Amino acid sequence: MKIEGKKQIWKDYQKEIAGDHYFYVRSCVRQNFFPGSEKTFLRILQNELHKDIYENAAHTTCSGIGYHSDIVPIATTMTMIARQFALMTEAGLENLATSCITSFGLYNEILETWHHFPEVEEKTREHLWNATKREFKKPANVAHASDIIYKYREEISEKAKFKLVNKDTGKPLKAVEHIGCHYARMFPDKGVGGAEYPYVLTGMIESWGGEVIDYPERRHCCGFGFRQYLVMANRGFSIACSKKKFESMEPYHPDLILTNCPGCPMFLDRWQYAISEMEGKTYGPNGQGIPVLTYEELAGMLLGYDPWDLGLQVHQVPVEPLLDKIGIPYNSTKKFSGIQGEDLGKPDSPSVLKFYTGQ
Amino acid sequence: MGKLYDQLATDVRFKEGLTACLNCGTCTAICPAAEFYNYQPRQIVDILQTKDDSQIEALLKSDLIWYCGECMSCVTRCPRNNAPGLLIMALRSLSQELGYFVESEKGRQQLAIKRTVGSWILDFGYCLYPSLITPENHPEQGPVWEWEHKNLVKVMERLGANYQKTGPGILRKIPQEDLDEIRKIFEVTAGIERFEKIEAFSKKKAGELGIPFDDGMNNEYIQQIYTTNSGSHTRKHED
Repeated sequence: MKIEGKKQIWKDYQKEIAGDHYFYVRSCVRQNFFPGSEKTFLRILQNELHKDIYENAAHTTCSGIGYHSDIVPIATTMTMIARQFALMTEAGLENLATSCITSFGLYNEILETWHHFPEVEEKTREHLWNATKREFKKPANVAHASDIIYKYREEISEKAKFKLVNKDTGKPLKAVEHIGCHYARMFPDKGVGGAEYPYVLTGMIESWGGEVIDYPERRHCCGFGFRQYLVMANRGFSIACSKKKFESMEPYHPDLILTNCPGCPMFLDRWQYAISEMEGKTYGPNGQGIPVLTYEELAGMLLGYDPWDLGLQVHQVPVEPLLDKIGIPYNSTKKFSGIQGEDLGKPDSPSVLKFYTGQ
Repeated sequence: MGKLYDQLATDVRFKEGLTACLNCGTCTAICPAAEFYNYQPRQIVDILQTKDDSQIEALLKSDLIWYCGECMSCVTRCPRNNAPGLLIMALRSLSQELGYFVESEKGRQQLAIKRTVGSWILDFGYCLYPSLITPENHPEQGPVWEWEHKNLVKVMERLGANYQKTGPGILRKIPQEDLDEIRKIFEVTAGIERFEKIEAFSKKKAGELGIPFDDGMNNEYIQQIYTTNSGSHTRKHED
């Protein structure tokens, strides 16, 4: 009885994740800043896990950044999302795989709103029909892309060529993880581990050989805050939030930051650079930063994919120190080359943050 | 019950976001914006609970409703199932509908977001578009973005994108018929109307303030709302 009781309690923190046949919707932030991560997600799903995942060129933004910066009304966003559902329905699919956490949170928010206010769902269907003559079924399952990588983390581990282990000491590398606010804050039952024990990234780190470091500001927002970053005059809020996290994690000497949300890796990467320029402060050893990775980048690295195919060259905080610790080979001279090896020049080096120019 | 309160109460987020606040302050304790700005979500809910139109009108015209980052940390922690973050969204919507947003420094910024993110949604089908995220407006993006921005087509090709090309894939050119569909969605759901209101109220305010204003991004009004911070918003550290 006691075990059953505990099992029942933990059931609230578990989530059903569809196993195959996904309709993929992309992320605005990731397509702009981490396109290699979306490329790698599909590569892992199709080539390593042999899953069926479909993308329709007609899908668009869900308008989530516009909605959360409050220029887009809720009725508009609901109808934009209804259109994505319609494209999924037309493709004969019912499992949604979202690349973006803002979208993921919104899909859940809107499905929940429709559940409580059926008249709002009806109105949205009417709007969609009037605008596009499309109809939709609601998804049977809504997974964030990280949920799917989490679900297959052991399979990925079996295929991996490297582990999250220091090649010289044999000790697990220390990772801090950052879940992203809209993954489970509003609807804890929609995220692995809920809002209290988010396990989606921790599960990956543990399965892949690393050690998760807890630190006081682990759950603090990265500072995107939508309008708090989009408008230049507000960016003090954004950098202050990230700085609070860096100061809190620094004493634990993390080897990497693993992120869940599209925006968080960008802010945790770029604000390290900005703080180094503004204050001369860096958070890694010897003027280095703390490398910030998406879960696809980490999975791809361990699977032995070329780091430049993953897009690690477009990080402002260089990832080379982490590659070196694990023993992952890379060709420095190709870091900033084009696809045919063409010379595209190189970024300037920052004033303070140690940089690897690819020579 | 006041008229403004009634208007707020028609917003589904207001219905979901306000049950009964006991003013415990848990939302304020967890709120990243409260730590940075002169802001307390508890105070927002407190004012709403008065249902007093004059107080609500002052709120709709103030900077206070524009500090929240919509992280929704308050939703997780409220012991009474209130959602201050959703109430903020309802307040911001009404503030724009009534044109009150132009009465505050932070509220006026909505025009800059409409002319960037809003335009990009309708023009390209994305909330962000790389060629328009300029290093000048985003110095924090650093030299790697500057390099990427200068070599955008080649770098996107290297990273596996389908930038500006047809078919599926990363940053593909979204077909015109699909852009037409989303514009139509914005029309039938009053999204276009919202954009037009942001423009019209902003233009009127620029006139009142005597600040040059036009349809582009380089006029004085846009530059001012995008870059100016009066410095009166943040909490001051005590020595």
